[in-house]
Amino acid sequence: MIKTKKTIINLDKVSFFYPDRLPILDRLDFTFYQDEKIGMMAPNGSGKTTFFHIIMGLIKPESGKIEIFEKPVTREKDFLEVRRRIGLLFQDSDDQLFNPTVLEDIAFGPLNLGKTKEEAIEISRKTLEFIGLNGFENRITYKLSGGEKKLVALATILAMEPEVLLLDEPSAGLDEKTKERITTILRSLKISYIVVSHEFDFLSEISDSIYTLDRGKILSDAEMYIHQHYHAHPYGGRPHKHKNE
Amino acid sequence: MTLINEHFASGSSVIHRIDPRIKVISAAVFTIILAISQQFETLIAGFFFSFSLVLLAGLNVKEVLKRLFVIIGFLILIWVIVPLTFEGEQLFKIGPFSVMKPGVFLSARITLKSVSILMALMALTATMALSTLGHAMSRLKISGKLVHLFMITIRYIAVIEQEYGRLLRAIKIRGFKPGTNMHTYRTFAYIIGILFVRASSRADRVYQAMRCRGFDGRFISIHEFQTHKRNGVFSALMILIIIFISILEWGHLIEF
Repeated sequence: MIKTKKTIINLDKVSFFYPDRLPILDRLDFTFYQDEKIGMMAPNGSGKTTFFHIIMGLIKPESGKIEIFEKPVTREKDFLEVRRRIGLLFQDSDDQLFNPTVLEDIAFGPLNLGKTKEEAIEISRKTLEFIGLNGFENRITYKLSGGEKKLVALATILAMEPEVLLLDEPSAGLDEKTKERITTILRSLKISYIVVSHEFDFLSEISDSIYTLDRGKILSDAEMYIHQHYHAHPYGGRPHKHKNE
Repeated sequence: MTLINEHFASGSSVIHRIDPRIKVISAAVFTIILAISQQFETLIAGFFFSFSLVLLAGLNVKEVLKRLFVIIGFLILIWVIVPLTFEGEQLFKIGPFSVMKPGVFLSARITLKSVSILMALMALTATMALSTLGHAMSRLKISGKLVHLFMITIRYIAVIEQEYGRLLRAIKIRGFKPGTNMHTYRTFAYIIGILFVRASSRADRVYQAMRCRGFDGRFISIHEFQTHKRNGVFSALMILIIIFISILEWGHLIEF
């Protein structure tokens, strides 16, 4: 087999658990290649946030090996490099936007990467323009709407020019219009990403393949396959749910 | 209700357009001098200057009065207690109570000082956004830890307030009515407790998000303040005012 694509993330039997509770991640194997756009269906409590935080080195797994950009990562020092190259969008934008104004918040990452003030401001303006929020530079972050906060949070990550994006529920709590904007932005990106969500329609629009994260395991197609189909029955026009799904 | 109200921050008066650093320094020096002054001439002049600054900043008089009302409760308390409890020359008697002259003077001083200082702060420091105030402080080489404590407080106080609001609504819809009983105290104690717990886990997540963006303990500010002729003029004016009230206060100590 000819290997054409670089491995970005490789998790080998990674486990994470709190004492006396079911494991959050249970000997998880996962490989993520360059140029992949993966959607991950993940119900509440499935370990999705833990999964991302382990990749970013924010928490340490109990056991297992992690390789990122084809290098084993274990210590805090190894993860500094990871955090430069992988961007994580948090589920709650209020966790991410801590600066008083939008421009300062977006410039925070580039400044930490060693850019000068002028470069950081220039990058921030360009990122705002890309995201479609021109003129938001001096807006106060805590006064933004939920959708605007999510877009600005995405901009703070994109401003660092990451090679990979990890997005934790980017569509949660957003209206259709903002969701569409996020979809358009993600589809226009030329970088690899993993999106966790529990909205199938949203995932199917932005990803090439969809996996399921359930009870600490990633299920491949052979075990479970999420699909969409059309069917008809009486009262089908009303919103409803089916059992045994 | 919002805890942070930047009502005076937006405006186009001369004072709004002065370099925030100059305003912060002026406010600090001016208020310290007023706070330690004892002469009535000084305090009355200080009151006059503070009031002029408020006018110059074009602040809404109604809003200014609303804010002054905050200290009026304290002042009333002082006027009721201090003149009666001081020893010295008696001014007059109300029934069994003697009103003492030094007490009346002290109350008058406290009133003049607090009203003038509050007005000066409204005109000088409230006429900029809180984030600008933070940057001005950082430019003035005030400890970075203090400045960022201040900045993150103004950012997250709104979030914590929203959380508090949600908790209040949650207990209201379940029929909670506050009263003077154990149940009420316990409920409020739980709410305060949970707010602390949430604030603490929020702080953890914010710190994680900052680390993800390459934070290594150093904050870098992108703010630059522009120089302008009016800054020089305003500085000179403030220096003259400060010299003037200093002479009123301490001039008699200098022998020519």
